[in-house]
Amino acid sequence: MIGAMIIGTMTMLPACHPATIEPGEADSAAVARGRAAAERLGCGACHAMPGIDWPKGTVGPPLAGFGDRALIAGRFRNDAAVLAGFVRDAPALVPGTAMPPVAMTDDEARDIAAWLQSLRE
Amino acid sequence: MNNRADPVPIGGSWPPPVLDPAGPFSEPVTTLAWALLIGGAVVLLVVLAALGIALFGSARLKARLGGEKAIWIGGFAFPAVVLTGLLIWGLMLTSSLSATRIAGDEMRVRIVGEMWWWRVHYLDGDGREMLRDANELHIPVGRPVLLELDAADVIHSFWVPRLGGKMDMIPGRTNRLLIQADRPGVYKGQCAEYCGGPHALMGFVVIAHAPEDFARWQASRTPAAAAGGRGLDLFLSSGCAACHTIRGTPANGLAGPDLTHVGSRHTLGAGILPNNPGTMAGWIADSQAIKPGNRMPAYRQFDGAELRAIGDYLAALK
Repeated sequence: MIGAMIIGTMTMLPACHPATIEPGEADSAAVARGRAAAERLGCGACHAMPGIDWPKGTVGPPLAGFGDRALIAGRFRNDAAVLAGFVRDAPALVPGTAMPPVAMTDDEARDIAAWLQSLRE
Repeated sequence: MNNRADPVPIGGSWPPPVLDPAGPFSEPVTTLAWALLIGGAVVLLVVLAALGIALFGSARLKARLGGEKAIWIGGFAFPAVVLTGLLIWGLMLTSSLSATRIAGDEMRVRIVGEMWWWRVHYLDGDGREMLRDANELHIPVGRPVLLELDAADVIHSFWVPRLGGKMDMIPGRTNRLLIQADRPGVYKGQCAEYCGGPHALMGFVVIAHAPEDFARWQASRTPAAAAGGRGLDLFLSSGCAACHTIRGTPANGLAGPDLTHVGSRHTLGAGILPNNPGTMAGWIADSQAIKPGNRMPAYRQFDGAELRAIGDYLAALK
């Protein structure tokens, strides 16, 4: 924990919570990669995703318009670094959530966050 | 937070590619398909040419086309010879697929179609069951696999296009089909006979291993006593065990897929979702939204922590 905080401070992460991931370039390529990663990982099993016909899970909230939301999970600022950490390891931020940690690389988490924040109503 | 394993891609594209053989039992299918397609195109061109003559041709050409000789040759002799030849050639080409002649050293697997998933029973040389699984078949490369196909309820059809032919699964009857993969990889399949409701979401996966990897996979099939804890308690107390078996636990239901190794499967929901903790939670909490009409009810009574406990327990069943 202390080590993670030191590393977080040293690399000037936007937030020094260890569960955040420093955002990359949120360009259209990142958005496209993020959408593909979300589809490949099966996020649709719980979340209806705009532009993806199947599956449209109903366990979690639909993701359309995510970029317009003020808060993530009703608790955190909709910030790219927090969002990237949340999509990979939600319970680290919200203990008790049904959304489990899902194995993905830092790049995939960044790309998925970029895609989510690009979704406007 | 950075030490997570890379996610395992399911591999293979959807829908499974046809006319892209990956073994000796799908090559004849591809050859025959191309021969029919090209031959059919040639015949179509000839017919269109005849139609063109009939509509726009000179009087002399029209007379020749309508003559008795043209009718005998083009209308009788040509189709009789071509269709008879095609029938004989096609039967010879595909005779090996339905396993009418078998060498006896094939790997044997019994697969039973269910609405809307697949029971998989690995058999020894004498037909005794060695191992039970679902929705996924592991085979070694380069060795023919004899599938004994049956159905429990309605007619299904087993089809892994890159590895072999397509064979109906008929209740009360065992149909045999040979498949083989020449290269390691993941090969997708699909139920190919409409079987009601979520038929289109009745997928299948074949994983072909190099021989040494296959031996390793076989050795890993002895269930380790998984740490049960809260996940197992919830599984047993919530009714899951009425339909699902987990060997080594009191869960011994037979209506649904055996979950003894569910954590090591490539897919969930019968070949349709990647298998990770997220899709596991989504499937348990509301499989009806994902595969409408499937026989597993939505388990909406779990709170978040309970859902994760069950999901973590199942994901650990490797």
